[in-house]
Amino acid sequence: MIFLRTLFKNRGEMISFIVFFALLLVVLPIVLPIFRLNLVGKYLSFGFVAIGLVLLWGRCGILSLGQGVFFGLGGYCMAMFLKLEASDPKSTAIQSTPGIPDFMDWNQLTHLPWFWEPFKSLPFALMAVMVVPGVIAFIIGWAMFRRRVGGVYFAIITQAIALILSLGIDGNQGYTGGRNGITDLKTLWGWDIRTTSGQYTLYFLCVLLLIVAALAAKYIINTRFGRVLVAIRDREDRVRFSGYDVAMCRAFIFAFAAVMSGVGGALFVLQVGFMSPSLVGIIPSIEMVIFTAVGGRLSVVGAIAGCLIVNFGKTAFSEAYPQAWLYLMGGTFIAVVMFFPNGLAGILEDNATLKAKALKLFAKLKELKASRAAKSSVEAPIEETP
Amino acid sequence: MDNYSWADLQNIFIMQGFAGISLFSVLLLMGLGLAVIFGQMGVINMAHGEFMALGAYTVYLCSTLTQDYAPSLAPYYFVFAIVIAFFVAAGVGALVEWAMIRHLYHRPLDTLLATWGLSLIMQQTYRSTFGAREVTPTLPEWLMGSYSPHEGLDIPINGMFVLGLAIFVSITLVLFMYKSRFGLRLRATVQNRKMSDAVGINTGRVDRLAFCLGCGIAGIAGAAFTTIGSTGPDSGSRYIVDSFLVVVFGGAANLLGSLASAFGIAQAQSILEFFLEGTKGKVATLLVIVVALMFRPQGLFPSKVRAH
Repeated sequence: MIFLRTLFKNRGEMISFIVFFALLLVVLPIVLPIFRLNLVGKYLSFGFVAIGLVLLWGRCGILSLGQGVFFGLGGYCMAMFLKLEASDPKSTAIQSTPGIPDFMDWNQLTHLPWFWEPFKSLPFALMAVMVVPGVIAFIIGWAMFRRRVGGVYFAIITQAIALILSLGIDGNQGYTGGRNGITDLKTLWGWDIRTTSGQYTLYFLCVLLLIVAALAAKYIINTRFGRVLVAIRDREDRVRFSGYDVAMCRAFIFAFAAVMSGVGGALFVLQVGFMSPSLVGIIPSIEMVIFTAVGGRLSVVGAIAGCLIVNFGKTAFSEAYPQAWLYLMGGTFIAVVMFFPNGLAGILEDNATLKAKALKLFAKLKELKASRAAKSSVEAPIEETP
Repeated sequence: MDNYSWADLQNIFIMQGFAGISLFSVLLLMGLGLAVIFGQMGVINMAHGEFMALGAYTVYLCSTLTQDYAPSLAPYYFVFAIVIAFFVAAGVGALVEWAMIRHLYHRPLDTLLATWGLSLIMQQTYRSTFGAREVTPTLPEWLMGSYSPHEGLDIPINGMFVLGLAIFVSITLVLFMYKSRFGLRLRATVQNRKMSDAVGINTGRVDRLAFCLGCGIAGIAGAAFTTIGSTGPDSGSRYIVDSFLVVVFGGAANLLGSLASAFGIAQAQSILEFFLEGTKGKVATLLVIVVALMFRPQGLFPSKVRAH
């Protein structure tokens, strides 16, 4: 019970959390055909990034425009393993060098580059999915927060990093698959990820991991550390003077968000079956911030819902009116930033607090009435006595 | 690099150096506009690249209009087109400031997101108005060709023209910032907004004019851009990261720093592009800048005044 209290501030929050994930776990798989469900799973893999951004941006006030970098790193770690498994010597026998991924063969590589070697093992790849983004983020964060780089400078530098990585992947086709990315991923340890049952399994895996990630984020938010984060966001200097290591806190939360994004990237690869630099660069990174902003930068559930809503809007709208989509997206975004800085979750919460206030007022009035009635009924006999 | 003789290398450096000058001029103009908007006012204008594209499209429109209605003016239109590009971009900038930016001055990170939304809208507007294909204005004859002082060395004239334009704009801007009444007010507002308000400076108006000025210079950058490349709906967004790095690396709020870093970035990119294939030159340059910024976040020439 105490543990629950550290996770959820009030009952409403707990109910919305349970309802939302029940929707994802039970209702959607029953209602939607597997093709749509797979899409939901794809969008939910962005939800991991959004959770990270809630901690990083909403709680700690650090806007990173490079979350796509960590999403991509996680995704590439996973994709490298799957690609190596898909290109065993037997199925790549027609290549001039069998046993290496097809794009390496096209680029006249004759042996596997050294950094691909360890990705033959699944445990290593799974570990790399979390460790690589986490360590890189920690180094970047540590270097920058130590020197008190924050705010807009941090945003610009992370954006530049996103550009560097996407251009770097794009330009080294022989090692990374270039612009096409790593495609034709088939099996995970001999288990076909493209079958219907495989996609169902991966969807449930994705939702379950998302629940774990959301609970972890909520736990961080409601502990003392979470409060220090908010304090750093609002009054950095005071926190520093109180003896906290601001740079360390920020670097940690940046690395934590990066690990989450990495996991999201890996789940994206498993469900969609490819990874490309188009998911790493500036535009996807900003889009991830957009999902979070629309859903609500302070609310974990809101941010995940934002991913679903924006992406579904994108799919539905850009199919029907490809011209109008960018207007709508740009307009929505401006409106959200200007009028609803806390996103959809903020609107709902405001409504909820209004409702709660109204109810309280109503209850008070009732009480007042009752007490008056009681008074008059009590007072009446007193008046009669003399 | 071993296969090149010393003379070859010298020529390559000079040629690529001159090719880099066009890039330098565009980056410098973009950087100056941003230095005013970002460096002075702390607003991150992600739509800055779109204002550049706006300038480029204005030049294109002027070019088609002169060809259709006044072909005799064709040799001179470019100069007027630059001025028109400045005013069109500045006008749109004023509108944007009034409708959006002025409500967000106290939330700098949010201006970044809102202007990103704006850039999406502007890109789509260009796409529906001018089509998705890239357009090129017809440049006057005197801008074409190149000047060749000796064998194996060609200096493109358009590059020289654009360089001259960039230098002219820089000098004007510096004079404007440090010698004019408006520049004084702007610098006062940047240093201490409340005091400036108290001594009777209309800071709201100063903000709007500064934003206009920055956008207008982006418009000029767009005009300069038409001489080195063709304009598409997303041409502007390709320059946005570079121009932000120019400003940050130079030390925000420092015009001289922007000049130095624009020169360094453009030359490094241009020369490295020759030796490394594809985008590797750009990746290497960006990487060096980002690493340098991690060690020296205040940039090359930090401003001595502490801004809040």
